[in-house]
Amino acid sequence: MTSKLIQKYFREDKLPHIWCPGCGHGILMRAVAAAIDNLGLDKDKVCIVSGIGCSSRAPGYMDFNTLHTTHGRALAFATGVKLANPELEVIVITGDGDCAAIGGNHLIHAARRNINITTIVFNNNIYGMTGGQYSPTTPTNEFGTTAPYGNIDKPFNIPELAGAAGATYTARGTAYHAKQLIKLIENGIKNKGFSLIEGISVCPTYYGRKNKKGSAVNMMNWLKDNAIDVKIAAKLPEEKVEGKFLIGEFKNTTEPEYTDEYMKIIERCQKER
Amino acid sequence: MMSNKKVRLMQGNEACVEGALAAGMRFYGGYPITPSTEIAEISAEKLPRVGGKFIQMEDEIAGIAAAIGGSLAGLKAMTATSGPGFSLKQENLGYAAIAEIPLVVVNVQRGGPSTGLPTAPAQGDVMQAKWGTHGDHPIIALSPSSVRETFDVTVRAFNLAEKYRTPVVILTDEVVGHMREKIEIPDVNDIEIIDRVKPSDDDNYLPYGVTGDELVPPMAAFGDGHRFHVTGLMHDETGFPSNSSENAEKVLDRLMNKINKNLDDIIEYEEYMLDDAQIVILSYGSTARSAKSAVKQLREQGINAGMFRPITIWPFPEEQVRKLSEKVKSILVAEMNLGQVVLEVERIVKGKCEINHIGKANGEVITPEEIASKAKEVL
Repeated sequence: MTSKLIQKYFREDKLPHIWCPGCGHGILMRAVAAAIDNLGLDKDKVCIVSGIGCSSRAPGYMDFNTLHTTHGRALAFATGVKLANPELEVIVITGDGDCAAIGGNHLIHAARRNINITTIVFNNNIYGMTGGQYSPTTPTNEFGTTAPYGNIDKPFNIPELAGAAGATYTARGTAYHAKQLIKLIENGIKNKGFSLIEGISVCPTYYGRKNKKGSAVNMMNWLKDNAIDVKIAAKLPEEKVEGKFLIGEFKNTTEPEYTDEYMKIIERCQKER
Repeated sequence: MMSNKKVRLMQGNEACVEGALAAGMRFYGGYPITPSTEIAEISAEKLPRVGGKFIQMEDEIAGIAAAIGGSLAGLKAMTATSGPGFSLKQENLGYAAIAEIPLVVVNVQRGGPSTGLPTAPAQGDVMQAKWGTHGDHPIIALSPSSVRETFDVTVRAFNLAEKYRTPVVILTDEVVGHMREKIEIPDVNDIEIIDRVKPSDDDNYLPYGVTGDELVPPMAAFGDGHRFHVTGLMHDETGFPSNSSENAEKVLDRLMNKINKNLDDIIEYEEYMLDDAQIVILSYGSTARSAKSAVKQLREQGINAGMFRPITIWPFPEEQVRKLSEKVKSILVAEMNLGQVVLEVERIVKGKCEINHIGKANGEVITPEEIASKAKEVL
């Protein structure tokens, strides 16, 4: 028996998905649907846009207006959709490579405009679709097929990057902390402006295997043991936070939203005519 | 007092925006680049006045991506650029071809390669317009020679894009883009406007489904209630990915046939003094202005010269050029590159008449005198 969420929001005939056994992406995709359900959004008015990579296959399974674009460009396509029809609730599902490497420029500029798009980054710390190359979120000294001697790059903190660029809502959740992630996505969608929620996934097939992280269960346990909520972390001595990573809401502010501002220009131009 | 008069002095780039607005453009996504920038500037000024949307994106790739997004949300969309930007747009041009997104891409050609000669004219992107994006795909490219024609060609570009659900490239050049001419803008009611065919409201919408001999599927907009899927992956009529080679062949056949079975509708050209011509100058865009002038000069000297000017560059007016080659002694191709359209002419003519080429890629226009002198030399 399929769950009510699947019946209501997924294209059942397109399932099962292509993701590997143990991949965290299914949990993240479910969280997006659950957040949409909790908010009671009209399916016909939701548009989900993605780029290329493992993450970006998600919209194909989801019963909304869905757009699978070119590598890195999801936010640029999404910007066009949103500006052309601001009534659409535009959600971008992207990956760490798609969003922070090839699409990095679009990310910072979408954030800077504070356009009302909610971006959910399925971060698996690796290029999965092409077979395990290091990505902009692969930690330093870890391994990928293109980092056979260890990665010498420093990883991006994607929510911090988006926040610094102007996103008005940023947060991080994980595939383990599924309930919290749903709430974070809900809050991101509710924010009238650019929101970015990073969902830490697990990739036992490539990232895990290359870095001896053990099974999918081990990797999920690692998320459980190493994530600290940002509010709790604020009260802890520094050494207790050392080596851990933060989850929760990092930024939640209000700034003028791009399509609203553009509508004001249209109104002004038409009044002056 | 003058405001109701439709006669105006304007630049090719401005005529392009006027044509686009007349055709129903309501979305522009782009990035500034010489010599196309006026198209963005004028769009930024005029679009909000008609309730349309303009956005200056962070780069050329994003410019075309946003325009595709705008088109999918139901608005007629355009982006404009020049050489370096045209190179950057290629991947998404292919996306628009396979996903069948109506879109107009203007390339005001300048000297290349690379940054090249940013303020000088060229016609070096003719082959790129056809072959620049990877894989086999359909493309329409139009090339105007004057300011007034830029208006008409832009209207046509939108009409063809909407009618055939395909990207249409306008290959103008720095001369046509920046030249100012007095033009009369036709009354909106006298302009034929074609809008994409929308699907009926039933629940069985197939975004890429056609019936019978149809080649162009109806197109819904995001938000219309059809909840369809769009991808750059090879897909079947449902819009969802398909790896089947049988399907891929069927899809590519239909995509190519949208163009190949409608050549009469798409191909436009000008013939000038061809009736008794022994030598035909084949030229397009701003170079055709010099060609026409050269024909006049040659005629004054008693040489039976004529001109054939493709306005539609892709698909190339193959049948017309073949027929021409059977009745003339020689064809002289004049273009601001080192040999692009001439290759197409050679392929078509197959030795039925003599073919010569006069090309320049140094940022200077080809003068009528140069063309006339070359014609006399080869005749």
